[in-house]
Amino acid sequence: MTISRRDALKTALLAAGSTLAAPAIMRHAALGADPIKVVGIHDASGGLDIYGQPMIACLDFAVDECNAAGGLLGRPIELINYDPQSNIQLYTQFATQAATKDKAAVVHGGITSASREAIRPILRRFNTLYFYNTQYEGGVCDRNIFCTGSTPAQNVQKLVPYVQKHWGKNVYIVAADYNYGQITSKWITKYVREGGGQVLSADFFPLDVTNFGPAISKIQAAKPDAVVSALVGGAHISFYRQWAAAGLKKQIPIASTTFGGGNESILLSPAEGDGIVSAFSYFQEVDTPLNKAFLEKFHAKLGAKAPYLGAELAMRTYIGFNLWAEGVRRAKSIDRMTVIKALESGISLETPAGKTTLDPKTHHTTVDVFVAEVANHGFKVLETFPQQPPLDTASVCDLAAHPNENKQYEVDVKI
Amino acid sequence: MDYAVVVALQIVSGVATLVIVSLGLAVVFGMMRVINLAHGEFLMLGGYTAILSYGHGINLWLSILLLPPIAVGLIGAVVERLLIRRLYGRMIDTMLATWGLSLAFIGGVTMLFGNSVTGISAPFGSFAVGRFHVAGYDLFLVAASVVMSLVIWVVLKFTPAGLIARGTMQNAEMAAALGVAPDRVYAMTFAAGAALSGLAGGLIAPVSGVLPTMGTAYIAKAFITVITGGAAMLTGTLVASGLLGTVSTVFTFLTTPVFGEVALLAVAILLLRLLPRGITGRFLRRAL
Repeated sequence: MTISRRDALKTALLAAGSTLAAPAIMRHAALGADPIKVVGIHDASGGLDIYGQPMIACLDFAVDECNAAGGLLGRPIELINYDPQSNIQLYTQFATQAATKDKAAVVHGGITSASREAIRPILRRFNTLYFYNTQYEGGVCDRNIFCTGSTPAQNVQKLVPYVQKHWGKNVYIVAADYNYGQITSKWITKYVREGGGQVLSADFFPLDVTNFGPAISKIQAAKPDAVVSALVGGAHISFYRQWAAAGLKKQIPIASTTFGGGNESILLSPAEGDGIVSAFSYFQEVDTPLNKAFLEKFHAKLGAKAPYLGAELAMRTYIGFNLWAEGVRRAKSIDRMTVIKALESGISLETPAGKTTLDPKTHHTTVDVFVAEVANHGFKVLETFPQQPPLDTASVCDLAAHPNENKQYEVDVKI
Repeated sequence: MDYAVVVALQIVSGVATLVIVSLGLAVVFGMMRVINLAHGEFLMLGGYTAILSYGHGINLWLSILLLPPIAVGLIGAVVERLLIRRLYGRMIDTMLATWGLSLAFIGGVTMLFGNSVTGISAPFGSFAVGRFHVAGYDLFLVAASVVMSLVIWVVLKFTPAGLIARGTMQNAEMAAALGVAPDRVYAMTFAAGAALSGLAGGLIAPVSGVLPTMGTAYIAKAFITVITGGAAMLTGTLVASGLLGTVSTVFTFLTTPVFGEVALLAVAILLLRLLPRGITGRFLRRAL
């Protein structure tokens, strides 16, 4: 393993931080003993850092909050953050390390579905509990994982009707070329057809593609009523830039299942971003008392370094940690099976994103879903759909009946 | 019909992009035979120069067209003085050193500016071709590639400096005997190549966005283009860009960007199998 300067700096900061925190820890005498190890694996660098950095900030915040309240079971939480640098190989390495060397009580992490599918089998094999806190294409059926983000039956199912109602029936899909983009495109196709429309074409792009010129010409030739994007990562932001540069913003509107998950709306100018519509289970702009209180606390703690939280990824990481913490409190143990059983007992939390309930049968969550539009570097919430269950996964997965199941179901739709 | 025009425009702009990102390398590798694996990072530094200066309120055109070549040209001169100069004629050592340099640049820029994508909006807006809209900046890139090639051609062909540079590359000892200091010519040529790469970085920044690792996306294409081009560095680069850019864009239209890249590589491999010394190793041998 190499130690990057970033890591070295982090260690130094951690050391300094823990020295400063020592008096606080000593006040709770019991906290001195044997911390509970929690591992976070999120991309702090590379093309996926636009998602990773806010997620890490929220996980840090959640752990600090928990420690300030006395930790769990009278023990402090020790958070170990790994940076896989947008590199799948490092994901597998860090997951193995978390399970075997750190003996983590739980691993929170994975951003792309590719990274989740890389580490899910490893954590299952090593009996290490795993929380995946990103909106994704749904269908994962595995008792060792809890997926706290929203899935297509929750977000795409709201996004596509919005598109068809306001813009028109026929859409053109542009998506990232890996399991998330491929499967999500099938879901988009399913809902577009149910709404009486057609998918004119679906184009897939590897994560490092930055030239969308030919794609943009093809889209114009197809004359869709709207473009639905499931593009992922920093390089793909070029699409929105080139779309605006070609003067198409006013001609063909864009909706996206991914836009806003990171800081896309900050990176693009209002002229390029405004008007793009997304659906997620949280936006920083959600107007609830709990969210206001959370943001106040978050900004008071991080100050100018507080990242823009955008859509759900960062918030779901915060909620994911708290769901796990609630499970541990109920289980009165950090033993994996005991915690899983406690989490399956029907846990529900009031969160800044609204009420979140863990579904015991699928290990997915029932959440509030919001449709929002990019406006001046942020989002404007347009519609709210309270308490949407994860119907997609629920239609194929029942872990109560088949606890040993271990697969990802895919929707069967031809594009 | 309109669609054909739009496709043609995309092909031309695909070719132009290849020319722009390859010219700097063509000078450094094509003329000097220095394998500069940090070429991509010169592009990246050019991109960052453009973004940073624009962010500090400097005029967009100065930020894209003037400051990147100056900044990266200076960096190139320093790199030549400290590193490249000691390794002329030692190809493997140069590769290793410039690869290290490339990693150092990526690491340094990541530390300074963070590993995230930044960008500027492309100027010019768009224009209509029938019912299609095309970004005006694409045409500007085409024009820029033409101007860059013309300037290189004029400098090499019609100025004393170009003559001396070509003479020195052909036979350094003879040039020295005639009173030219090859060291200085090499240094100037390397800096000029770096400046061209910097300019390329500034030009593509509004299209692709800028991030510390962006060079890796371009360096392979640039090397393939220059090597496929062969001995005549300017003609070779232009012909190879034309061929590879067309194939890649046409396949991107017909299938996906993945197959566009595959087609580009396949054609390059085929060409090098048939013409191991590059296109200009067989045709247009006396060209520049």
